[in-house]
Amino acid sequence: MYAFEVERPTSIADAVAALGREDAQALGGGQTLIPTLKQRLASPSVLVSLTGIAEMQGIRTDDAGLLCIGGGSRHGVVAKEVAANYPGLAGLAAHIGDPAVRNRGTIGGSLANNDPSACYPAAALASKATIVTNTREIAADDFFQGMFTTALEEGEIITEVKFPVPQASCYIKFEQPASRFALVGVFVAKFADGVRVAVTGASNNGVFRWTEAEAALASNFSPSALEGLSASADDMIADLHGSAAYRAHLVGVLTKRAVAAAK
Amino acid sequence: MPKDTGIGASSKRREDVRFLTGNGRYTDDINIYGQTYVHFLRSDVAHGRITSIDTSAAESMPGVVRVFTGKDFEGIGGLPCGWLVTDKHGQPMKEPAHPVLAQGKVRHVGDPIAAVVAESLAEARDAAEAIMVDIEELPAVVDMKKALESGASKVHDDLADNLCFDWGFVEENREAVDNAIANSAHVTTLELVNNRLVANPMEPRVAVGEYNRSDDMSTLHTTSQNPHVIRLLMGAFVLGIPEHKLRVVAPDVGGGFGTKIFHYAEEAFCTFASRQVQRPVKWTSTRSEAFMSDAQGRDHVTKIELGLDADNNFTALRCLTYANMGAYLSTFASCTPTWLHGTLLAGNYKTPLIYTNVKAVFTNTVPVDAYRGAGRPEATFQIERVIDKAARELGVDPIKLRRQNFITEFPYATPVAVEYDTGDYVATMDKLEEIADIAGFAARRAESEKNGKLRGLGVNCYIEACGIAPSKLVGQLGARAGLYDAATVRVNATGSISVMVGAHSHGQGHETAFPQVVAEMLGIPEDQIDIVHGDTSKIPFGMGTYGSRSLAVCGSAMVRATEKIINKAKKIAAHLMEASEADIELKNGQFTVAGTDKSVAWGDVTLAAYVPHNYPLEDIEPGLEETAFYDPSNFTYPSGAYCCELELDPETGKVTIERFSAADDFGNIINPMIVSGQVHGGIAQGIGQALLENCAYDPETGQLLSASYMDYAMPRADDVPFYAVDHSCQTPCTHNPLGVKGCGEAGAIGSPPAVINAVLDALNSGGHKVEHINMPATPSRVWAAMQG
Amino acid sequence: MAKVAMKVNGKSVSREVEGRTLLVQFLREDLRLTGTHVGCDTSQCGACLVHVNGEAVKSCTMFAAEADGAEVTTIEAMANDDGSLNTVQQAFQDYHGLQCGFCTPGMVMSATALLKDNPKPSEREIREYLQGNICRCTGYHNIIKAIMAASGQDVASVAAE
Repeated sequence: MYAFEVERPTSIADAVAALGREDAQALGGGQTLIPTLKQRLASPSVLVSLTGIAEMQGIRTDDAGLLCIGGGSRHGVVAKEVAANYPGLAGLAAHIGDPAVRNRGTIGGSLANNDPSACYPAAALASKATIVTNTREIAADDFFQGMFTTALEEGEIITEVKFPVPQASCYIKFEQPASRFALVGVFVAKFADGVRVAVTGASNNGVFRWTEAEAALASNFSPSALEGLSASADDMIADLHGSAAYRAHLVGVLTKRAVAAAK
Repeated sequence: MPKDTGIGASSKRREDVRFLTGNGRYTDDINIYGQTYVHFLRSDVAHGRITSIDTSAAESMPGVVRVFTGKDFEGIGGLPCGWLVTDKHGQPMKEPAHPVLAQGKVRHVGDPIAAVVAESLAEARDAAEAIMVDIEELPAVVDMKKALESGASKVHDDLADNLCFDWGFVEENREAVDNAIANSAHVTTLELVNNRLVANPMEPRVAVGEYNRSDDMSTLHTTSQNPHVIRLLMGAFVLGIPEHKLRVVAPDVGGGFGTKIFHYAEEAFCTFASRQVQRPVKWTSTRSEAFMSDAQGRDHVTKIELGLDADNNFTALRCLTYANMGAYLSTFASCTPTWLHGTLLAGNYKTPLIYTNVKAVFTNTVPVDAYRGAGRPEATFQIERVIDKAARELGVDPIKLRRQNFITEFPYATPVAVEYDTGDYVATMDKLEEIADIAGFAARRAESEKNGKLRGLGVNCYIEACGIAPSKLVGQLGARAGLYDAATVRVNATGSISVMVGAHSHGQGHETAFPQVVAEMLGIPEDQIDIVHGDTSKIPFGMGTYGSRSLAVCGSAMVRATEKIINKAKKIAAHLMEASEADIELKNGQFTVAGTDKSVAWGDVTLAAYVPHNYPLEDIEPGLEETAFYDPSNFTYPSGAYCCELELDPETGKVTIERFSAADDFGNIINPMIVSGQVHGGIAQGIGQALLENCAYDPETGQLLSASYMDYAMPRADDVPFYAVDHSCQTPCTHNPLGVKGCGEAGAIGSPPAVINAVLDALNSGGHKVEHINMPATPSRVWAAMQG
Repeated sequence: MAKVAMKVNGKSVSREVEGRTLLVQFLREDLRLTGTHVGCDTSQCGACLVHVNGEAVKSCTMFAAEADGAEVTTIEAMANDDGSLNTVQQAFQDYHGLQCGFCTPGMVMSATALLKDNPKPSEREIREYLQGNICRCTGYHNIIKAIMAASGQDVASVAAE
């Protein structure tokens, strides 16, 4: 790692101020950023830790019935605390990385990084979540802008994520055997006004919605509705662990399984 | 009734206490006052010519002590290869120079170009970034067959091509094998890849070099399986330091699996640099560095043909293997695909005629050398896969086909130069059928199919040659070292014992198992005996631990030394009891005179040896310490039968191992608990090879694609099942005093074919006519195979 | 450099550290607690696992500065007060749940964290929990058995020797 300072602000305002320093970078749980720093692939002058900010912690349901998760909430905490309210999301959080990773990694950090194989982007996109930052609210449909790219401005912090809770949902991850990230992950969410299907791990463009499946499931929320439907392999990731065609195939398989298991 | 002490007891491991409390002392835990840190600048291209190196900016960076380049190693020896293979034309293998730091060219990603020694690791790394290196990139050769095409880019400019050697074995059998294959009623042909692996002991390599001007003594602390071998190779061939001025210490070592046998550039560098800068120099590998600097394993591409007569008896076996050497010859690279591979091609079967041709090839990849099993897994995989394929082609039961062709009479001289002393392949297969409940498989398959899954069962046998090795024999075959081992038994005045052994324990439990042997022989408690290992200044000599040799070779030396102790102690006891030496018996730590009630205790005798007031000084020396060197007269031949049962998800191609059973014959067993543990670990590595692990290079650029645990899939707890292991079938080795055969590698040798045979069984049961699938059988590969 | 203060194994410590100093470096190099190991650089092997405020954390993927004010527990503090092995450690020895010992401190710390949350984990639960701890020696068989035994479960009935 190159040399840098670590700041640990205790309020969002202080964090935003610290992020105004030259070459400052936000540090969530660090589970992706720290390995990156070890490879000397980033050279911040200061890391602003967001884990000590009380107002970014906590999980609540707001007046509109949205499940609001503080941006600094760790995966392990989400897994436990939303289990009753939003089992699909809890199930996703409970299987990110390993237990020690879940004790550090945060939802805000994961969404801000938008790793194409990360789990949380699929939940946010499928749930029509709203990403709340220190300056604005961003709809999930506008937030994810391709692999490792989001709508966040320099220095902008995810303070909270608001999830509409679907009637039924499920996330199924098919793990890449080495990293255990999603080779393909599919999040299916059934709302009163329609179904959303978000896919992670598969596309060169990062998380995306499989709209054909959404349309098919809207009128018939069952695996049989997906018979004959296949995701396009165009723009799918091809690497050591799977071809584009394999990933496209898995999208279909996992979507069916997620629909079958949704609750 | 299981024993609770001595030979055959599952004594709990005494070394565990320090490991479980954080008190292990691994090389990286060693910090020496005044030490500096080295960071190696490594090549980021697979092949290139270094046109210039400018270290001036780096030299003026904060904390930098000195910057080294290849220039500093001109006139210094290169890393030697320990085995000279002679090819089928009688020519010696090609041995290109293997410099400590690159001289003019880089030949694989990770090849060290320069080294910065600094006050801190961070400063060393910062300065390394300031070294200006110009490299003219050259085309990389990665694929072995392409590397042998005329006009291919040459890894070593001074060689005619990329062929290291072209080995034929047994060359005299070639025509007979060709004829037998041509005249066989059926020939099964299989082309396969034995995938390249990274050994990945959990402790990355570390080296700390230290130099003391006052006595001109160099000390290297290193993560090695064989400190004396390192002292020999580095002292004699690389740095020119005589043995008495060079001490090599390998303290607690966190796993080896072969990759810590070899002498590495970083070891030579730290020793050399510590003399140059007159301060200790420490290098700690990161895991990322390990992926591009630890010798890798396997990487064979093979075509195998098995001939059978009309009654399904094997008539002949013919193999052609391309063996990847990587960019340089690592310490034992040349013997792995030859003598450790070709000599095992008979397997457990009485195939009368066998010929193999091995072409060893240089490529722009990390050097390849022995990895757990070394040559024997490659041989086993070929034989056991081609037999399974033959069984499917002929419509016969694969177990029956194996049984029909088993060697059943011992000793058995194979057509590939070795003689199996003992074995009972029928017994291990019988035992396997029992513990794997093969009879119940059909019902389990039906249950899986009800759940939409395919279920497969795969069986294989294995034979290996361990206890490496008879020095005279291996000398004839090209070994540049003897492969005996040594032990000193030092009995202290009050009767406690230190045993200095040449074997090195890096997980095998020698500190527990070795005392069990001595305790059994002397009839004293195990805790009166300690093992000392891993330090050339403390032990007489030793060739270290690999090839499942520790007990069979070093253990035998320890037995011999203990026998000398007993002989001398009996003389002393006879004197003390005024009896004839011939009448003295030693039992339960007491010396008695046959037919009398006279006795003296072990401690009385040892005390007399060191306080020789009443002692036969005219006949024997005082003291009680004996050394023995033991050179085996043959290899040992552990064998066994393995069974893998798995479920395959036809929608995703994902394979889940449901049951794994192993019936091994290791001869006599000292500590059953430790033996089972060795088999478990080997099986997990074999499952890893079969389903998960794949060291992959970009075929065009030679960039390592699986360069970290993000892309190299290590087996985790949820990738494997509980195993059923059994070692009750015991045909003791006939030629070593303990009757032991060795158990360290069996699991890794015996398991990959069982897994792949099971995958193919599952696929074919589902109507997918798949004849072979290359390892690792990842979900994507299985799925692709199902698509036809 | 910045000052960090924390309680490590019950003892208050404070040191000046760089921002980039990892917790594992702080433990190994500054405090000489070398029981915690480093086996990878991508946060996967778990050899560096310690407890921070009672939770399992990979100390190679956390800065020392982030542990300011925290309570950290390492393998060195796991034995009983009289120095004897605690229940988990003893089970690892009894069931041969370790070979080279390098991953072992992380395994023990991980197992301890698991048993705190789930006092009687099933085989499947243990295997899933250990996703972040890689062992190259044991094939996991005896580690799983040791953890089941440490939780008071009968292991003879679930797995052979």
